[in-house]
Amino acid sequence: MSEISIAQQKFLTERKRHKRTVLCSRFLIFILFIGLWEGAAALGFLDSFIFSSPSKVLLCFYQMLMDKSLLNHVGITLLETVVSFFLVIAFALAITILLWFNQKLSETLEPYLVILNSLPKSALAPLLIVWLGANYKTIIVTGMSVAIFGSILSLYTSFQAVDPEKIKLIYSLGGKKYHVMTKVILPSNIPTLFSLMKVNIGLCLVGVIIGEFIAARSGLGYLIIYGSQVFKLDWVIMSIVLLCIMAMLLYGLLGIAEKRYLKRL
Amino acid sequence: MGVADACPFFLSQEKPCCRSCHIGKSTLLSLSSGLLEPEHGSILLYGQKLFQKGNGTIGYMFQHDHLFEWRTIEENVLLGPEIQKKLSEKRRAAVFDMLKTYGLYKFKDAKPSQLSGGMRQRAALIRTLALEPELLLLDEPFSALDYQTRLMVGDDIGSIIRKEHKTAILVTHDLSEAVSLADRVIVLTKRPGSIQNIITIKFPENLSPFERRNAPEFKDYFNLLWKEMNGHE
Repeated sequence: MSEISIAQQKFLTERKRHKRTVLCSRFLIFILFIGLWEGAAALGFLDSFIFSSPSKVLLCFYQMLMDKSLLNHVGITLLETVVSFFLVIAFALAITILLWFNQKLSETLEPYLVILNSLPKSALAPLLIVWLGANYKTIIVTGMSVAIFGSILSLYTSFQAVDPEKIKLIYSLGGKKYHVMTKVILPSNIPTLFSLMKVNIGLCLVGVIIGEFIAARSGLGYLIIYGSQVFKLDWVIMSIVLLCIMAMLLYGLLGIAEKRYLKRL
Repeated sequence: MGVADACPFFLSQEKPCCRSCHIGKSTLLSLSSGLLEPEHGSILLYGQKLFQKGNGTIGYMFQHDHLFEWRTIEENVLLGPEIQKKLSEKRRAAVFDMLKTYGLYKFKDAKPSQLSGGMRQRAALIRTLALEPELLLLDEPFSALDYQTRLMVGDDIGSIIRKEHKTAILVTHDLSEAVSLADRVIVLTKRPGSIQNIITIKFPENLSPFERRNAPEFKDYFNLLWKEMNGHE
C-alpha cells in the first residue's frame, strides 16, 4: 500500500487544496467582518453607541471578566441549559418508552403532543412565572418546554420505524415485549438519540434565554435584556457572541461523544 | 377459511421438507412457530399443542440475517439463551463448538458488518440453533443473497442442518433450491394455500446439496416440480 500512483497523488493534493481553500475562506470572512465593523465604527460610518465595535466588546469582556460578574452570568446560563437538556432527554426517553408499551395511550395522546409541539413555547413563559415564580425553576422548565414535545414525537416515530422482522426475531427467540425494548428498540435508536441531543442542546439554550429574558436577575439572557434597556449595547453584543461560542462548544462536545460511540460500534 | 385449516401436514424426524407457495406461507410459518395464535383449530408438534410464543422448541430463520450491528458475533449468536436466561457454561461451550465447526470462531469478536453475506447467514443459523430447537422454520433464507452466494450458503446451511440432525421446513420459490435441499417437497396451491401435492425426493445418501445439483435425478425432479406447479393453472 506504500506505492501511490501519480493519479492518486494528484487526487490527494487536489483534495487537500480544496480543504485549505474552504478553511481559508471561512477565516477570511471572519477577519473581513471584524475588520469592516471595527473600521466603520472608528471612522464614524457606524454609530458605535448603538452598533458597538469589536474593540469595545473585547474591552467590556475584559472588564467584566476582571470584576468576576461575567463568569457568574455565563455559568448560570450554562448550568440552566445543561440541567434542562438532561431533564429533557430523561423525560423524553421515559415518556416515549411508556407510550411504546401502551399503544392506546400513545394513540390517545398523539393530537395533544402535536398541538403542544407546534405551540410557540415563548407564549408559555409568562404563565410559568406566575405558577413557579421568577426563579431558576421557571427558566429550566421554559428550556425544557421548547425541546421536550418534539423529542417525544421524533423518538416515538423512530421507535416505530424499527424493522418489524427484528422484533419478530426477538419473539421467535422466546423474548417478551420487554426484551424487544431492551435488546432491539433502545440499542438501535442510540444514533437517533444522539442526533436528537444535538438538536435539543440548541433548543434548550433558546428556551433558557427566553426564560432569562423575563424571569432572571442574572445570566446572559438577563444581560441582553438589561443591556438593551439601559443602552449598554456592548453587553448585548458580547452576550450574543458568548452565546454563539457556548452553543458551538456544547454542540461540539455532543459531536465528539457521538463520534466516539460510532467508532466503538 | 383459515390458512391453517387447509394445510394439514405432518413431519417426521430427519426428513426436511420444502414447500413452494405464494400466498399465506408466511402466516403459516408464523402460526407454526407460535408467533401467531390460530383463531380456531390447533397446531400440534409431536402430538403436543403448540401455542406458547417462541418457547424455544421451534427455531425461526428469516430472509435477512438480522444480526445486530451493536453486538459482536458472539453476543449475537448467544442472544436466544441470553433472553431466555439459559446462558449456562455448557450451552456457551456448545455454541462455541458450532462456531468452531462452521468457521466463525475467529470472528466471534467481530461486528456483523465485517463478515460476508454467507458467514452472516451461518451466524444467524447458529443463533437459531443455540436454543436447541426441535424444528427449524426457514422463511426464504437465501432469497436476499446474490446467486453465487446463494448456492454456497444453501450448501452450507443444508449441510449444517443435516449434521445437527434437525428437522427443517424451508419456504422457497426456487425449484432447484427445493430439489437440492429437501427430502420432501410440499407444493402449495394458490390462494388460499392448501396442499396440492407432496413429492418425495430421493438421492443417493450423503450427497451435499451442491452435489445433488449435478446428479442425474436432479433434472427429473425439477421437471416434475415444474409440471406440478404449472400444469394445474
